[in-house]
Amino acid sequence: MSADAAIRDRLSNLPAPVFDPVAATTAPPLSEARVAIVTTAGLRPAGEIDLWQPGDFSFTVLPGDARDLQLSHFSPNFDRAGFAADLNVVLPADRLAELAADGTIGSVAANHLSFMGAQTDETFSTLRLDTGPAAAKLLRDDGVDVVLLTPV
Amino acid sequence: MGVLAHVLEAAGLATVGISLIRGQAETVRAPRMLHCQFPLGRPLGRPNDPAFQHDVLRRAFSLLPRTDVPVLVDHPDVIDDETDAPLACSLPPRFDPELPAALDEVAGLRTAYDRQLQRTGRTLVGRVAGPDGVGDLVARFLRVADGASLDEVGLSGRNAIAAAQDVRAYYEEAALALAEHTPAARRAESWFYTATETGRALRAARDRLEADGVDRNVWYYLTPASQ
Repeated sequence: MSADAAIRDRLSNLPAPVFDPVAATTAPPLSEARVAIVTTAGLRPAGEIDLWQPGDFSFTVLPGDARDLQLSHFSPNFDRAGFAADLNVVLPADRLAELAADGTIGSVAANHLSFMGAQTDETFSTLRLDTGPAAAKLLRDDGVDVVLLTPV
Repeated sequence: MGVLAHVLEAAGLATVGISLIRGQAETVRAPRMLHCQFPLGRPLGRPNDPAFQHDVLRRAFSLLPRTDVPVLVDHPDVIDDETDAPLACSLPPRFDPELPAALDEVAGLRTAYDRQLQRTGRTLVGRVAGPDGVGDLVARFLRVADGASLDEVGLSGRNAIAAAQDVRAYYEEAALALAEHTPAARRAESWFYTATETGRALRAARDRLEADGVDRNVWYYLTPASQ
């Protein structure tokens, strides 16, 4: 069994909060939408060197033009060389810029955001009641319509 | 990530997420997910392949008009990690026989590391030490492997995990330069931990800490579980 297969096997049946009904926001046409990336890769801007800690549900603001980002996820259990070679494989900021330039999307958000995933708190109450809504407000204040979520 | 999708969607943002673990996506029932059976750490699939990355984005964004949520669609491609196939990567010959082999190796790889830094303009080294300090970090892990405590080498607790990440990043970035291509997922990782003196030293340090009864939340995260 490959390393990833073993992890998938171990994590596939973790419990998760139930959201019922599932919210659905109607997006504007993609060509008019302002798009942000929200990743759970545990990224930080260059110079912010703290390793992300388990149980920390805060988020970091990643300036839209920043490319020198640190991978601060605490876990060693995923490939890191891909991100070292090309940050777009986790945070496709250059791809969004290209889509904005050719008119596929309306625009790219001023900032992207990062949380750190692989959390084991079954309630996720901080994320649901505090940092998640705060992140949403930050994005809405920037006129964001659409969020692309990426894990590691 | 799926919980976050629910929160953002409820706050008036339309979301689409990339899933790497299908079982989790099925459980969390986020509004719109594109499951990509790609390596963990590579949600867009292929580094330095803009066409492939655009294909992933096109498929993800095509789910946005869907309001019959939750929606979970599979990307048709599967990309596996290659943990069992360490990168074939030549190591520098011994330069200074007076140095421990791992420290000589760190010095010998510096040119390759610098070449990769010049190529990309970015590095993941620098959390505890920059590239000039990697040798010192490795020396500390060698002492741990020989029985010194983390406190004795000045790497208590989580700081040791961050230091291990710096060392790994230094080697993986050097490997990217030596290989002159982006290897399949986890091949550089396996090369580091199985073919290099420093990788073996990190594993030995981890094993020593485990045997000495150190907090599992420290030693377990010094190296990938697969190594």
